[in-house]
Amino acid sequence: MSEPTNTLDGKAASAEGALAKGAKGGKDAKERVASLWTDAWYDLRRNPLFIIGGLLVLFMVALAVAPQLFTDKDPNSAGFCELASSLKRPSADHWFGFDVQGCDIYTRTVWGARNSIIVGILTTSLVVLVGGTLGLLAGWLTGFWDSLLSRVTEIFFAIPLLLGGMLIMSTWQKGNAWTVSAVMAVLGWPQIYRLMRSAVISNKHNDYVVAARALGAGTRRIVTRHILPNAVAPVIVVSTINLGVYIGAEAALSYLGIGIQSPAISWGLMISDAQSRFLNAPHVLLFPAAVLSITVLAFIMLGDAVRDALDPKLR
Amino acid sequence: MAEPILEVRDLVKYYPLTQGILFKRQVGAVKAVDGISFELMKGETLGIVGESGCGKSTLAKVLMNLERATSGEVRFKGQDITRLSGAGLKSVRRNIQMVFQDPYTSLNPRMTVGDIIGEPFEIHPEVAPKGDRRKAVQDLLDVVGLNPEYINRYPHQFSGGQRQRIGIARGLALKPEVIICDEPVSALDVSVQAQVINLLEQLQGEFGLSYMFIAHDLSIVRHISDRVGVMYLGKMVEIGTEEQIYSYPTHPYTQALLSAVPVPDPTGRERRERILLSGDLPSPANPPSGCRFRTRCWKAQERCSVEVPLLAVPELLEGPAAHRSACHFAEVRDVIGTA
Repeated sequence: MSEPTNTLDGKAASAEGALAKGAKGGKDAKERVASLWTDAWYDLRRNPLFIIGGLLVLFMVALAVAPQLFTDKDPNSAGFCELASSLKRPSADHWFGFDVQGCDIYTRTVWGARNSIIVGILTTSLVVLVGGTLGLLAGWLTGFWDSLLSRVTEIFFAIPLLLGGMLIMSTWQKGNAWTVSAVMAVLGWPQIYRLMRSAVISNKHNDYVVAARALGAGTRRIVTRHILPNAVAPVIVVSTINLGVYIGAEAALSYLGIGIQSPAISWGLMISDAQSRFLNAPHVLLFPAAVLSITVLAFIMLGDAVRDALDPKLR
Repeated sequence: MAEPILEVRDLVKYYPLTQGILFKRQVGAVKAVDGISFELMKGETLGIVGESGCGKSTLAKVLMNLERATSGEVRFKGQDITRLSGAGLKSVRRNIQMVFQDPYTSLNPRMTVGDIIGEPFEIHPEVAPKGDRRKAVQDLLDVVGLNPEYINRYPHQFSGGQRQRIGIARGLALKPEVIICDEPVSALDVSVQAQVINLLEQLQGEFGLSYMFIAHDLSIVRHISDRVGVMYLGKMVEIGTEEQIYSYPTHPYTQALLSAVPVPDPTGRERRERILLSGDLPSPANPPSGCRFRTRCWKAQERCSVEVPLLAVPELLEGPAAHRSACHFAEVRDVIGTA
């Protein structure tokens, strides 16, 4: 029985050809045609926004993981900074010049990537873990627990990320990548909570969930097979964009002197140190600031591209 | 017809209306299904018609045990299933399955067709041993008229009619005896509707299925049903064989519904009269007293607002026309002009 509205006729022939090949190889995986995720990946690979953003992010992660590959100097070694070179302009040997202490800015910028990336990834992971889990619970349970969790979330939501971060960090007085991440995660989870909760609520009334229940599926199966796979897309998108925002917020806290503390290296700290001499030696400020902006931009571009690829309305 | 496979007795489903943010209190109830009784015979198709919001879909959900009945009984082969849970409920689910209205939302977009149709086997592993599942899924695809090689495709790669076939295959997987079709073709093109209806009929013959077929398209219900029940505002107002309902309608609401069916024959169209109902469907949270249809009925009298008409065979009906109707002033009126 074939249908007049068969949209697959054209594709069917080629797909069957592919199926035959797949059968020879005996691999199920080869037969897998175009899931929404593979479709999204197909779209992404053709999106210049994704390619540029992705390459930049990869580069920044490489800086964070192995700064030694990009510079042969170690900013923590003795004699790295020489006051004699204080505020020297960029040169062929020292691309970004020297700061007021006579430290090589290029090396410090490269080594500073690690803290930024750690803060970005750690904060995002914590936020997704806490916000995602609570959002899933609230959306799934509804009723009393949903109301309770949502009211608590609104209290946290009312605290601005930076202001709250300043308050906690200035009282805590322990600025490093881990504490900064923890504080930002505490203040940042409500956003993902809300997103997850609404995605779960909008998905759980779909007919395919009802169908699964009608088949006798248990809660665990419904949540893991039907709700979560359909609810994670917006969370992934917003998390990617937020990663950049958290990196920026870390820089802001460090700039204010309550984030990551010297002698640890952070772009925010470098910008803070450079600001008083900006008119005399703008390069000291501009290079770390530019790298910071590019990193934040890269993550936001990546998030934008992922959103476009995962949005079914744009298909 | 053989013995009843599904017996519904005084089924009631109220949805509480609540107020309050953290602590909720009940301020009323939407009476979606309010005391419905009927039976579904083995191998028959029972059509349920009625306008939007009359409780058809709620009835389906309660029968499927997706919503708990407020009171009343649903007996499957003599066993009341409304209060089952756990393993008992799971085993009943094997026997009663559902086909959904919208083929675009009833299939999980992130699962392959093979996963969707194979899911029943994962939930009920006893139906198909692990090694045979792929074969079982391909057989099901074949049964519903889809290419078995589509097993690894995703729902968005199919047309609406093909998706509905996938939904039917999923419903068939557990070899149920009863399938509840909740408006299975109303989201499809007319040409595709016929194919899906024919498929349903063919499957009924092949597997001896009993259907409860919910729809608001009266022509399709007439085509597929052995018996038809008409619902209005949570009540069954008339039930009888397809012939009795369409040729000898006795309830004013049924007559009004039928008079709206398009007639392809121009002479027949001129002969018949169109019954136009005034007013809107009353709120099911606050239904009229007595007969629920009285606010829109041209026959309504004092008695209708006081006394609830029972669904019974009216005395003056005889012969082939005798069937149950919930109207104090039931009388046959041929509105289609075919009798």
